[in-house]
Amino acid sequence: MRVNFTVNGRQQEADDVWEGESLLYVLRERMGLPGSKNACEQGECGSCTVRLDGVPVCACLVAAGQVEGREVVTVEGLADFAKQRAEHGGCASGACGTPLQEAQRWRADPAKGAMDSGTGEVGGGNPDATLSPIQQAFIDAGAVQCGFCTPGLLIAADEMLEHNPQPTDADIREALSGNLCRCTGYEKILDAVRLAAARQDRQGLQEGAV
Amino acid sequence: MDFLRPASWEEALAAKAEHPTAVPIAGGTDVMVEINFDHRRPEYLLDLNRVGELREWEVGADTVRLGASVPYTQIMENLRTELPGLALASHTVASPQIRNRGGVGGNLGTASPAGDAHPALLAADCEVEVESVRGSRLIPIDAFYTGVKRNALAADELIRSVHIKKADGPQQYSKVGTRNAMVIAVCAFGIALHPETRTVRTGIGSAAPTPIRAAAAEEFLNAALEEGGFWDSRKIITPSIAKQFAQLAAGAANPIDDVRGTASYRRHAVGIMARRTLTWTWESYRGNGRTTEGVA
Repeated sequence: MRVNFTVNGRQQEADDVWEGESLLYVLRERMGLPGSKNACEQGECGSCTVRLDGVPVCACLVAAGQVEGREVVTVEGLADFAKQRAEHGGCASGACGTPLQEAQRWRADPAKGAMDSGTGEVGGGNPDATLSPIQQAFIDAGAVQCGFCTPGLLIAADEMLEHNPQPTDADIREALSGNLCRCTGYEKILDAVRLAAARQDRQGLQEGAV
Repeated sequence: MDFLRPASWEEALAAKAEHPTAVPIAGGTDVMVEINFDHRRPEYLLDLNRVGELREWEVGADTVRLGASVPYTQIMENLRTELPGLALASHTVASPQIRNRGGVGGNLGTASPAGDAHPALLAADCEVEVESVRGSRLIPIDAFYTGVKRNALAADELIRSVHIKKADGPQQYSKVGTRNAMVIAVCAFGIALHPETRTVRTGIGSAAPTPIRAAAAEEFLNAALEEGGFWDSRKIITPSIAKQFAQLAAGAANPIDDVRGTASYRRHAVGIMARRTLTWTWESYRGNGRTTEGVA
Protein backbone atom coordinates (compact mmCIF):
# COMPACT_ATOMS: atom_id res chain seq x y z
CA MET A 1 0.00 0.00 0.00
CA ARG A 2 0.96 3.64 -0.36
CA VAL A 3 1.29 5.96 2.62
CA ASN A 4 1.37 9.76 2.36
CA PHE A 5 2.49 11.71 5.36
CA THR A 6 4.60 14.62 6.48
CA VAL A 7 8.12 13.93 7.68
CA ASN A 8 10.03 16.80 9.23
CA GLY A 9 7.72 19.36 7.69
CA ARG A 10 7.85 17.96 4.15
CA GLN A 11 5.24 15.89 2.37
CA GLN A 12 6.51 12.36 1.69
CA GLU A 13 5.19 9.25 0.04
CA ALA A 14 6.12 5.67 0.76
CA ASP A 15 5.24 2.98 -1.77
CA ASP A 16 4.89 -0.78 -1.53
CA VAL A 17 4.52 -0.58 2.23
CA TRP A 18 3.60 -3.93 3.77
CA GLU A 19 0.41 -3.66 5.80
CA GLY A 20 2.01 -4.90 9.01
CA GLU A 21 5.00 -2.62 8.69
CA SER A 22 5.86 -0.13 11.43
CA LEU A 23 6.42 3.58 11.02
CA LEU A 24 9.96 2.93 12.22
CA TYR A 25 10.66 0.54 9.35
CA VAL A 26 9.29 3.04 6.82
CA LEU A 27 11.47 5.82 8.24
CA ARG A 28 14.65 3.78 8.37
CA GLU A 29 14.41 1.43 5.42
CA ARG A 30 12.22 3.26 2.93
CA MET A 31 13.14 6.87 3.61
CA GLY A 32 16.76 6.42 4.57
CA LEU A 33 16.35 8.12 7.94
CA PRO A 34 18.25 5.90 10.39
CA GLY A 35 18.26 8.47 13.20
CA SER A 36 15.34 6.76 14.93
CA LYS A 37 16.92 3.60 16.27
CA ASN A 38 15.58 0.09 16.02
CA ALA A 39 16.19 -1.93 19.16
CA CYS A 40 13.50 -3.69 21.17
CA GLU A 41 10.60 -3.41 18.71
CA GLN A 42 8.20 -3.61 21.65
CA GLY A 43 8.06 -0.13 23.09
CA GLU A 44 10.38 -0.90 25.99
CA CYS A 45 13.45 1.12 25.08
CA GLY A 46 12.25 4.38 23.51
CA SER A 47 15.14 4.46 21.01
CA CYS A 48 12.68 4.96 18.16
CA THR A 49 10.81 7.87 19.78
CA VAL A 50 9.44 10.36 17.24
CA ARG A 51 6.78 13.06 17.38
CA LEU A 52 3.47 12.02 15.81
CA ASP A 53 1.24 15.08 15.44
CA GLY A 54 3.41 16.61 18.15
CA VAL A 55 3.13 13.71 20.59
CA PRO A 56 6.13 11.50 21.46
CA VAL A 57 5.47 7.90 20.50
CA CYS A 58 7.44 4.75 19.82
CA ALA A 59 7.65 4.55 16.02
CA CYS A 60 7.99 0.77 16.26
CA LEU A 61 4.44 0.52 17.65
CA VAL A 62 2.74 2.72 15.07
CA ALA A 63 1.51 0.86 12.01
CA ALA A 64 2.68 2.63 8.87
CA GLY A 65 -0.88 2.88 7.58
CA GLN A 66 -1.88 4.79 10.71
CA VAL A 67 0.30 7.79 9.81
CA GLU A 68 -1.55 8.54 6.57
CA GLY A 69 -2.05 12.32 6.45
CA ARG A 70 -0.27 12.90 9.75
CA GLU A 71 2.89 14.71 10.79
CA VAL A 72 6.07 13.02 11.98
CA VAL A 73 9.18 14.70 13.31
CA THR A 74 12.35 12.63 13.63
CA VAL A 75 15.68 13.48 15.19
CA GLU A 76 16.97 14.48 11.75
CA GLY A 77 14.41 17.28 11.68
CA LEU A 78 14.70 18.23 15.33
CA ALA A 79 17.09 21.15 14.79
CA ASP A 80 14.83 22.79 12.24
CA PHE A 81 11.73 21.94 14.27
CA ALA A 82 13.23 23.64 17.34
CA LYS A 83 14.32 26.62 15.24
CA GLN A 84 10.84 27.15 13.78
CA ARG A 85 9.34 26.86 17.24
CA ALA A 86 11.76 29.40 18.69
CA GLU A 87 11.35 31.89 15.86
CA HIS A 88 7.74 31.53 14.81
CA GLY A 89 6.12 29.34 17.45
CA GLY A 90 6.00 26.53 14.87
CA CYS A 91 5.85 26.13 11.13
CA ALA A 92 2.88 28.20 9.99
CA SER A 93 3.72 28.55 6.30
CA GLY A 94 4.29 24.85 5.66
CA ALA A 95 7.37 25.84 3.66
CA CYS A 96 9.82 25.12 6.46
CA GLY A 97 11.04 21.72 7.50
CA THR A 98 13.94 19.51 6.55
CA PRO A 99 14.00 18.09 3.00
CA LEU A 100 14.43 14.33 2.85
CA GLN A 101 17.82 14.51 1.16
CA GLU A 102 19.17 16.86 3.78
CA ALA A 103 17.67 14.76 6.54
CA GLN A 104 19.35 11.68 5.11
CA ARG A 105 22.70 13.44 5.15
CA TRP A 106 22.08 15.20 8.43
CA ARG A 107 25.21 15.47 10.48
CA ALA A 108 25.70 17.45 13.62
CA ASP A 109 28.28 20.19 13.46
CA PRO A 110 28.99 21.07 17.07
CA ALA A 111 31.35 23.83 15.93
CA LYS A 112 28.31 25.74 14.77
CA GLY A 113 26.65 25.44 18.13
CA ALA A 114 22.99 25.60 18.97
CA MET A 115 21.03 28.20 17.11
CA ASP A 116 19.80 30.18 20.03
CA SER A 117 22.63 29.75 22.47
CA GLY A 118 24.28 32.61 20.61
CA THR A 119 27.52 30.77 19.93
CA GLY A 120 27.13 30.16 16.22
CA GLU A 121 25.37 31.12 13.07
CA VAL A 122 22.38 29.50 11.49
CA GLY A 123 23.15 26.59 9.20
CA GLY A 124 20.74 27.67 6.45
CA GLY A 125 20.07 24.51 4.45
CA ASN A 126 23.44 23.03 5.15
CA PRO A 127 23.03 19.38 6.10
CA ASP A 128 25.89 19.85 8.54
CA ALA A 129 23.33 21.56 10.56
CA THR A 130 23.15 23.81 13.50
CA LEU A 131 22.02 21.95 16.58
CA SER A 132 18.83 22.32 18.53
CA PRO A 133 19.37 23.54 22.09
CA ILE A 134 18.75 20.08 23.52
CA GLN A 135 21.32 18.53 21.16
CA GLN A 136 23.89 21.15 22.12
CA ALA A 137 23.18 20.55 25.79
CA PHE A 138 23.72 16.79 25.37
CA ILE A 139 27.13 17.47 23.84
CA ASP A 140 28.11 20.09 26.39
CA ALA A 141 27.10 17.90 29.32
CA GLY A 142 28.80 14.80 27.95
CA ALA A 143 25.48 12.98 27.80
CA VAL A 144 26.33 10.99 24.67
CA GLN A 145 28.20 7.78 25.26
CA CYS A 146 27.59 5.07 22.66
CA GLY A 147 24.88 7.31 21.25
CA PHE A 148 22.28 4.68 20.50
CA CYS A 149 19.68 5.96 22.93
CA THR A 150 20.45 9.61 22.19
CA PRO A 151 17.95 10.31 19.36
CA GLY A 152 15.02 8.99 21.36
CA LEU A 153 16.13 10.87 24.46
CA LEU A 154 16.51 14.09 22.46
CA ILE A 155 12.96 13.87 21.12
CA ALA A 156 11.52 13.01 24.54
CA ALA A 157 13.50 15.69 26.39
CA ASP A 158 12.78 18.36 23.78
CA GLU A 159 9.06 17.68 24.00
CA MET A 160 9.09 17.91 27.78
CA LEU A 161 10.94 21.24 27.74
CA GLU A 162 8.42 22.53 25.20
CA HIS A 163 5.53 22.32 27.64
CA ASN A 164 7.44 22.23 30.93
CA PRO A 165 10.26 24.78 30.70
CA GLN A 166 11.22 24.53 34.37
CA PRO A 167 11.13 20.84 35.14
CA THR A 168 11.98 19.36 38.51
CA ASP A 169 14.28 16.36 38.62
CA ALA A 170 11.21 14.19 39.14
CA ASP A 171 9.63 15.69 36.01
CA ILE A 172 12.75 14.91 33.98
CA ARG A 173 12.97 11.38 35.29
CA GLU A 174 9.34 10.76 34.49
CA ALA A 175 9.55 12.28 31.01
CA LEU A 176 12.56 10.10 30.20
CA SER A 177 11.30 6.96 31.94
CA GLY A 178 10.48 5.36 28.59
CA ASN A 179 14.02 5.71 27.26
CA LEU A 180 16.67 3.19 28.22
CA CYS A 181 20.41 3.91 28.18
CA ARG A 182 22.36 0.67 28.36
CA CYS A 183 25.60 2.58 29.01
CA THR A 184 23.76 3.74 32.14
CA GLY A 185 24.78 7.32 31.44
CA TYR A 186 21.69 8.68 33.11
CA GLU A 187 23.41 11.20 35.37
CA LYS A 188 24.93 13.06 32.42
CA ILE A 189 21.64 12.84 30.56
CA LEU A 190 19.88 14.46 33.51
CA ASP A 191 22.62 17.09 33.58
CA ALA A 192 22.04 17.79 29.89
CA VAL A 193 18.31 18.30 30.32
CA ARG A 194 18.86 20.56 33.33
CA LEU A 195 21.38 22.52 31.26
CA ALA A 196 18.98 22.90 28.34
CA ALA A 197 16.24 24.01 30.74
CA ALA A 198 18.53 26.58 32.37
CA ARG A 199 19.61 27.96 29.00
CA GLN A 200 16.03 28.11 27.81
CA ASP A 201 15.10 29.93 31.00
CA ARG A 202 17.94 32.42 30.57
CA GLN A 203 17.02 32.95 26.94
CA GLY A 204 13.43 33.65 27.98
CA LEU A 205 14.59 36.16 30.61
CA GLN A 206 16.77 37.96 28.10
CA GLU A 207 13.98 38.14 25.57
CA GLY A 208 11.60 39.30 28.25
CA ALA A 209 13.98 42.11 29.18
CA VAL A 210 14.16 43.53 25.66
CA MET B 1 -2.53 -8.84 5.13
CA ASP B 2 -4.99 -6.08 4.41
CA PHE B 3 -5.09 -2.71 6.12
CA LEU B 4 -8.62 -1.43 6.62
CA ARG B 5 -8.94 2.30 7.23
CA PRO B 6 -12.53 3.17 8.13
CA ALA B 7 -13.14 6.91 8.29
CA SER B 8 -16.09 6.65 10.66
CA TRP B 9 -17.52 4.44 13.39
CA GLU B 10 -20.23 3.14 11.04
CA GLU B 11 -17.60 2.18 8.50
CA ALA B 12 -15.57 0.47 11.21
CA LEU B 13 -18.59 -1.60 12.30
CA ALA B 14 -19.34 -2.52 8.69
CA ALA B 15 -15.74 -3.59 8.16
CA LYS B 16 -15.76 -5.71 11.32
CA ALA B 17 -19.04 -7.34 10.23
CA GLU B 18 -17.59 -8.13 6.83
CA HIS B 19 -14.27 -9.36 8.26
CA PRO B 20 -14.88 -10.78 11.75
CA THR B 21 -11.25 -11.94 11.97
CA ALA B 22 -9.97 -8.39 11.50
CA VAL B 23 -7.78 -7.30 14.41
CA PRO B 24 -8.65 -3.79 15.62
CA ILE B 25 -5.63 -1.56 16.11
CA ALA B 26 -5.76 1.78 17.90
CA GLY B 27 -2.69 2.68 19.98
CA GLY B 28 -0.95 -0.40 18.61
CA THR B 29 1.00 -0.96 21.80
CA ASP B 30 -0.11 -4.62 22.01
CA VAL B 31 -0.90 -5.46 18.40
CA MET B 32 2.30 -4.08 16.89
CA VAL B 33 4.47 -6.00 19.35
CA GLU B 34 2.83 -9.23 18.22
CA ILE B 35 3.29 -8.33 14.56
CA ASN B 36 6.89 -7.16 15.01
CA PHE B 37 7.76 -10.47 16.67
CA ASP B 38 5.87 -12.52 14.14
CA HIS B 39 3.58 -13.89 16.83
CA ARG B 40 0.58 -12.85 14.86
CA ARG B 41 -0.20 -12.39 11.18
CA PRO B 42 -3.80 -11.22 11.07
CA GLU B 43 -5.55 -11.33 7.73
CA TYR B 44 -6.88 -7.85 8.32
CA LEU B 45 -5.78 -4.94 10.48
CA LEU B 46 -8.63 -2.60 11.30
CA ASP B 47 -7.22 0.84 12.03
CA LEU B 48 -9.41 2.84 14.41
CA ASN B 49 -7.25 5.97 14.54
CA ARG B 50 -9.43 7.84 12.11
CA VAL B 51 -12.58 7.31 14.20
CA GLY B 52 -12.52 10.57 16.14
CA GLU B 53 -15.28 9.82 18.65
CA LEU B 54 -13.23 6.98 20.13
CA ARG B 55 -10.80 9.60 21.46
CA GLU B 56 -13.52 11.66 23.16
CA TRP B 57 -15.06 11.48 26.61
CA GLU B 58 -18.23 12.89 28.11
CA VAL B 59 -18.68 13.62 31.79
CA GLY B 60 -22.33 12.97 32.71
CA ALA B 61 -24.23 13.29 35.97
CA ASP B 62 -23.27 9.88 37.32
CA THR B 63 -20.89 8.37 34.81
CA VAL B 64 -18.05 9.21 32.49
CA ARG B 65 -18.42 7.82 28.99
CA LEU B 66 -14.79 7.23 28.13
CA GLY B 67 -14.01 6.61 24.47
CA ALA B 68 -12.10 3.38 23.88
CA SER B 69 -9.05 5.14 22.42
CA VAL B 70 -8.70 8.05 24.85
CA PRO B 71 -4.98 7.82 25.63
CA TYR B 72 -3.91 7.16 29.21
CA THR B 73 -2.13 10.51 29.20
CA GLN B 74 -5.48 12.25 28.68
CA ILE B 75 -7.11 10.25 31.48
CA MET B 76 -4.31 11.26 33.86
CA GLU B 77 -4.50 14.90 32.87
CA ASN B 78 -8.23 15.42 32.52
CA LEU B 79 -10.18 12.86 34.54
CA ARG B 80 -8.33 12.72 37.85
CA THR B 81 -11.31 14.09 39.77
CA GLU B 82 -13.99 11.94 38.19
CA LEU B 83 -11.95 8.75 37.85
CA PRO B 84 -9.17 8.93 40.44
CA GLY B 85 -8.52 5.18 40.54
CA LEU B 86 -8.24 4.89 36.78
CA ALA B 87 -6.07 8.02 36.61
CA LEU B 88 -3.67 6.46 39.11
CA ALA B 89 -3.68 3.19 37.20
CA SER B 90 -3.06 5.08 33.95
CA HIS B 91 -0.01 6.71 35.49
CA THR B 92 1.53 3.28 36.07
CA VAL B 93 1.17 2.23 32.43
CA ALA B 94 4.58 1.70 30.83
CA SER B 95 6.08 5.05 29.76
CA PRO B 96 4.98 8.46 28.45
CA GLN B 97 5.34 7.23 24.87
CA ILE B 98 3.05 4.26 25.51
CA ARG B 99 0.56 6.32 27.54
CA ASN B 100 0.34 8.73 24.61
CA ARG B 101 -0.97 5.92 22.39
CA GLY B 102 -2.63 3.27 24.51
CA GLY B 103 -6.15 3.46 25.93
CA VAL B 104 -8.64 1.48 27.97
CA GLY B 105 -10.23 -0.08 24.87
CA GLY B 106 -6.97 -1.86 24.14
CA ASN B 107 -6.66 -3.17 27.69
CA LEU B 108 -10.22 -4.50 27.47
CA GLY B 109 -9.80 -5.91 23.98
CA THR B 110 -6.61 -7.73 24.91
CA ALA B 111 -8.09 -8.72 28.29
CA SER B 112 -4.73 -9.70 29.70
CA PRO B 113 -4.96 -10.30 33.45
CA ALA B 114 -1.98 -7.92 33.73
CA GLY B 115 -3.70 -4.98 32.03
CA ASP B 116 -3.23 -1.97 34.34
CA ALA B 117 -6.71 -0.51 33.88
CA HIS B 118 -8.67 -3.59 34.96
CA PRO B 119 -8.42 -3.38 38.77
CA ALA B 120 -9.44 0.30 38.64
CA LEU B 121 -12.38 -0.43 36.33
CA LEU B 122 -13.57 -3.29 38.54
CA ALA B 123 -13.31 -1.17 41.68
CA ALA B 124 -15.04 1.89 40.23
CA ASP B 125 -17.74 -0.23 38.57
CA CYS B 126 -18.46 0.27 34.91
CA GLU B 127 -20.13 -1.05 31.82
CA VAL B 128 -18.38 -1.67 28.53
CA GLU B 129 -20.28 -0.28 25.54
CA VAL B 130 -19.79 -2.58 22.59
CA GLU B 131 -21.39 -2.30 19.20
CA SER B 132 -21.82 -4.16 15.95
CA VAL B 133 -23.98 -3.64 12.88
CA ARG B 134 -26.57 -5.67 14.83
CA GLY B 135 -26.77 -3.07 17.55
CA SER B 136 -25.21 -1.81 20.72
CA ARG B 137 -25.08 -3.33 24.20
CA LEU B 138 -23.61 -2.59 27.61
CA ILE B 139 -21.64 -5.40 29.24
CA PRO B 140 -21.20 -5.11 33.02
CA ILE B 141 -17.50 -5.22 33.85
CA ASP B 142 -18.11 -8.21 36.15
CA ALA B 143 -19.26 -10.21 33.12
CA PHE B 144 -16.65 -8.91 30.68
CA TYR B 145 -13.59 -11.04 31.41
CA THR B 146 -14.31 -14.63 30.41
CA GLY B 147 -10.88 -16.28 30.47
CA VAL B 148 -7.16 -15.72 30.00
CA LYS B 149 -7.03 -13.01 27.33
CA ARG B 150 -10.68 -13.66 26.52
CA ASN B 151 -13.61 -11.32 26.81
CA ALA B 152 -17.34 -11.24 26.18
CA LEU B 153 -17.09 -9.59 22.76
CA ALA B 154 -18.72 -11.27 19.77
CA ALA B 155 -16.59 -11.57 16.63
CA ASP B 156 -18.35 -8.70 14.89
CA GLU B 157 -18.32 -6.33 17.86
CA LEU B 158 -16.02 -3.42 18.63
CA ILE B 159 -15.54 -1.58 21.92
CA ARG B 160 -16.99 1.92 21.64
CA SER B 161 -16.53 3.24 25.16
CA VAL B 162 -16.63 2.47 28.87
CA HIS B 163 -19.31 3.98 31.07
CA ILE B 164 -17.53 4.38 34.38
CA LYS B 165 -19.23 5.47 37.60
CA LYS B 166 -17.89 8.83 38.74
CA ALA B 167 -16.07 8.56 42.05
CA ASP B 168 -18.33 9.21 45.05
CA GLY B 169 -15.47 8.57 47.47
CA PRO B 170 -11.73 7.99 47.64
CA GLN B 171 -10.09 5.49 45.29
CA GLN B 172 -6.62 4.02 45.25
CA TYR B 173 -4.47 1.86 43.06
CA SER B 174 -1.32 -0.06 43.81
CA LYS B 175 0.97 -2.05 41.56
CA VAL B 176 4.01 -4.21 42.21
CA GLY B 177 6.86 -4.17 39.71
CA THR B 178 10.62 -4.06 39.54
CA ARG B 179 10.80 -0.39 38.72
CA ASN B 180 8.57 2.65 38.67
CA ALA B 181 8.12 2.62 34.89
CA MET B 182 7.99 0.19 32.00
CA VAL B 183 6.80 -2.76 34.00
CA ILE B 184 4.10 -5.31 33.47
CA ALA B 185 2.43 -5.72 36.83
CA VAL B 186 3.66 -8.57 39.01
CA CYS B 187 0.30 -7.95 40.61
CA ALA B 188 -1.96 -4.96 41.19
CA PHE B 189 -4.82 -3.91 43.41
CA GLY B 190 -7.54 -1.30 43.04
CA ILE B 191 -10.01 -0.13 45.65
CA ALA B 192 -12.91 2.31 45.60
CA LEU B 193 -14.98 3.48 48.55
CA HIS B 194 -18.59 4.16 47.60
CA PRO B 195 -20.02 6.13 50.53
CA GLU B 196 -23.33 6.71 48.70
CA THR B 197 -24.11 3.00 48.72
CA ARG B 198 -21.89 2.30 51.73
CA THR B 199 -19.96 -0.30 49.84
CA VAL B 200 -16.36 -0.95 48.95
CA ARG B 201 -15.34 -2.47 45.63
CA THR B 202 -12.00 -3.97 44.70
CA GLY B 203 -10.07 -5.23 41.70
CA ILE B 204 -7.09 -7.57 41.51
CA GLY B 205 -4.78 -7.70 38.53
CA SER B 206 -2.17 -10.25 37.45
CA ALA B 207 -3.01 -12.69 40.20
CA ALA B 208 -5.64 -14.92 38.57
CA PRO B 209 -6.50 -16.07 35.03
CA THR B 210 -8.61 -12.93 34.62
CA PRO B 211 -8.87 -9.63 36.46
CA ILE B 212 -11.12 -10.34 39.43
CA ARG B 213 -12.80 -8.72 42.39
CA ALA B 214 -12.01 -9.85 45.90
CA ALA B 215 -15.65 -10.70 46.53
CA ALA B 216 -15.33 -12.30 49.96
CA ALA B 217 -13.11 -9.47 51.16
CA GLU B 218 -15.64 -6.90 49.96
CA GLU B 219 -18.52 -8.72 51.66
CA PHE B 220 -16.66 -8.98 54.93
CA LEU B 221 -15.59 -5.33 54.86
CA ASN B 222 -19.03 -4.02 53.88
CA ALA B 223 -20.59 -5.92 56.79
CA ALA B 224 -17.87 -4.89 59.25
CA LEU B 225 -18.11 -1.21 58.31
CA GLU B 226 -21.90 -1.30 58.58
CA GLU B 227 -21.98 -3.12 61.92
CA GLY B 228 -19.33 -0.89 63.42
CA GLY B 229 -21.05 2.27 62.21
CA PHE B 230 -17.81 3.33 60.52
CA TRP B 231 -19.44 5.19 57.62
CA ASP B 232 -21.11 7.63 60.05
CA SER B 233 -18.51 7.82 62.77
CA ARG B 234 -15.61 7.93 60.30
CA LYS B 235 -13.49 6.40 63.00
CA ILE B 236 -10.19 4.74 62.26
CA ILE B 237 -10.37 1.25 60.76
CA THR B 238 -9.78 -1.37 63.42
CA PRO B 239 -6.49 -3.19 62.67
CA SER B 240 -8.22 -6.55 62.95
CA ILE B 241 -10.71 -5.54 60.25
CA ALA B 242 -7.92 -4.38 57.92
CA LYS B 243 -6.03 -7.60 58.60
CA GLN B 244 -9.03 -9.80 57.88
CA PHE B 245 -9.77 -7.81 54.71
CA ALA B 246 -6.18 -8.30 53.55
CA GLN B 247 -6.27 -12.04 54.22
CA LEU B 248 -9.51 -12.46 52.30
CA ALA B 249 -8.15 -10.39 49.39
CA ALA B 250 -5.03 -12.58 49.28
CA GLY B 251 -7.29 -15.61 49.38
CA ALA B 252 -9.25 -14.35 46.37
CA ALA B 253 -6.07 -14.40 44.30
CA ASN B 254 -5.39 -17.48 42.25
CA PRO B 255 -1.95 -16.71 40.87
CA ILE B 256 0.69 -18.68 39.01
CA ASP B 257 4.48 -18.84 39.15
CA ASP B 258 6.04 -17.13 36.19
CA VAL B 259 9.08 -15.04 35.24
CA ARG B 260 7.72 -11.97 36.98
CA GLY B 261 7.02 -13.57 40.34
CA THR B 262 5.93 -16.63 42.24
CA ALA B 263 2.36 -17.45 43.15
CA SER B 264 3.06 -17.21 46.86
CA TYR B 265 4.73 -13.82 46.48
CA ARG B 266 1.79 -12.54 44.46
CA ARG B 267 -0.72 -13.75 47.04
CA HIS B 268 1.31 -12.13 49.81
CA ALA B 269 1.65 -8.86 47.89
CA VAL B 270 -2.07 -8.70 47.12
CA GLY B 271 -2.78 -8.88 50.85
CA ILE B 272 -0.29 -6.11 51.60
CA MET B 273 -1.68 -3.87 48.86
CA ALA B 274 -5.24 -4.52 50.03
CA ARG B 275 -4.41 -3.43 53.57
CA ARG B 276 -2.44 -0.39 52.48
CA THR B 277 -4.92 0.89 49.91
CA LEU B 278 -7.79 0.37 52.36
CA THR B 279 -5.91 2.47 54.91
CA TRP B 280 -5.12 5.20 52.38
CA THR B 281 -8.67 5.47 51.10
CA TRP B 282 -10.23 5.26 54.55
CA GLU B 283 -7.93 7.94 55.96
CA SER B 284 -8.88 10.05 52.96
CA TYR B 285 -12.58 9.42 53.69
CA ARG B 286 -12.00 10.47 57.29
CA GLY B 287 -10.73 13.75 55.91
CA ASN B 288 -7.16 13.62 57.10
CA GLY B 289 -5.58 11.23 54.70
CA ARG B 290 -3.45 11.56 51.65
CA THR B 291 -5.25 12.51 48.52
CA THR B 292 -4.64 10.97 45.14
CA GLU B 293 -2.40 13.88 44.19
CA GLY B 294 1.19 12.88 43.78
CA VAL B 295 0.64 9.23 44.45
CA ALA B 296 1.83 6.66 41.92
